[in-house]
Amino acid sequence: MTPSRTALRVVVATAAALVLASCGSDPLSGDGDDGDAIVIGSQDYYSNEIVAEIYAQALEADGHEVDRQFRIGQREAYVPEIESGDIDLFPEYSGPLLQFWEPDTEARLTDDVYAALEEATPEGVRVLDQAEATDQDSYVVTREFAEKWDLTTIADLAEVTDDLTLGANSEAESRPNGPQGLESAYGISVDFAPIEDGGGPLTVKALKDGDIQLAIIYTADPSIRKNDLVSLEDPEGLFLASHLVPVASENIDDDAAAVIDEVTAAMTAESLLELNQRSVDEELPAKTIAADWLASVDLD
Amino acid sequence: MTTFLDALTWIADPANWGGAQGISARLLQHLAVTLVAVLAASALAIPLGILIGHTRRGRGVVVALAGAVRAIPTLGLLTLLALLLGVGVEAPLLALVALAVPSVLAGAYAGIESAEPAAVDAARAMGMSELQIVRNVELPLGAGVLVGGLRAATLQVVATATLAAYTSDTGLGRYLFIGLKARDYPQMLAGAILVAVLALLLDRLLATAQDRASRLAHSTEGTP
Repeated sequence: MTPSRTALRVVVATAAALVLASCGSDPLSGDGDDGDAIVIGSQDYYSNEIVAEIYAQALEADGHEVDRQFRIGQREAYVPEIESGDIDLFPEYSGPLLQFWEPDTEARLTDDVYAALEEATPEGVRVLDQAEATDQDSYVVTREFAEKWDLTTIADLAEVTDDLTLGANSEAESRPNGPQGLESAYGISVDFAPIEDGGGPLTVKALKDGDIQLAIIYTADPSIRKNDLVSLEDPEGLFLASHLVPVASENIDDDAAAVIDEVTAAMTAESLLELNQRSVDEELPAKTIAADWLASVDLD
Repeated sequence: MTTFLDALTWIADPANWGGAQGISARLLQHLAVTLVAVLAASALAIPLGILIGHTRRGRGVVVALAGAVRAIPTLGLLTLLALLLGVGVEAPLLALVALAVPSVLAGAYAGIESAEPAAVDAARAMGMSELQIVRNVELPLGAGVLVGGLRAATLQVVATATLAAYTSDTGLGRYLFIGLKARDYPQMLAGAILVAVLALLLDRLLATAQDRASRLAHSTEGTP
């Protein structure tokens, strides 16, 4: 056996041992759960982590002990931990969470989704109040365009007499939230321009240049504020409602739930945009952003 | 394997060939983008390459610059250009020109330089002007290498022209983006196969042209 081959074997064996070792010690199982510390999780998404940090600081300020398990990853990974009670509190989004538990659901509008979600939560888990803030796809226009045609909802686009072009990733062309959905739900016909950057800077540039009039951008995307864009309301539910909603285990008693409900009540759409903007533009850590926000809303 | 078969079935389906979004239209758009990019790059790079090859001056600088341009990621350049120019086919076209220039340039100056120095000196001794030397001696002798540069550039551009669909409704790249985002992998693979076939056809065509051009050198040698 050549030396290089021996070295390779050592590397492979070490890697295998590391993988096995990391499988053995699940950071969420058992340890730290024995007291009444509230285990708070978050997705591996900066905006979600900030909200989780806000929950954590609000609960600590109220005298609760908190164990942060942030940046866990995808729903497939963390929802089982919530269901088993290893995580006590998790900031979630109403529509996507409902679809995770009930893939066939037909609920799309804010209140329908929340009602269905309350039904769909498994034994030992509940959802607290949902926030006004959403993080979902939306049609956006420039403020100038919105004011010119007096637009607040997607339905108002029917009054626009100029040609309308929607710019979005190419999958929107065939999806229900693209031109076809606009036509069937609102009776509005638009042209389609593929721009493959997912509502990023090229899309914003095209909006500002007037190459497109409509784009699909997340409601909580900081670029909406920064570029003075307007999200149009969606009364027909073309996009699945996705409100910020805390998921809680039985370990969250009424006292803790009341603290979180207060945070939720203060979590307006503006607030979430501002939190995200501070994270993206000022590159501040979640701890600082959360502390500043809690100080500014002054919960009692 | 089934994806591959599905992709071939997708290509074979006549319903996918017609219309503004059909394969025929996309193939033509793809070809047009490729041709425009290579022609524009040639208009810039061939005269410059001839100048460098003939005078043997400035080669170090230009080679270094062309090498640097080669290292620019095309998607990054495209995004930058689109932020300046807005969406549409202009930004991808410029990015493709930048992709093609180094290969065409290298082919041009290497071709001119490859002319036998003795032949060039003889031409000069016969009283030919510098322009005549380029046209009658260096270009015929270097044509094979020059066309080789065009061939390399065309191959790169035709494969990268899928990026035109990043900011515009143009070319075979649309099938890749639609397929990728909608998880319609047969359609995506079909787009990739069509690009590959187009690239191979163009390469065959230019290989023939390169052969002919190389023979030009030998026929020149044969002339008394």
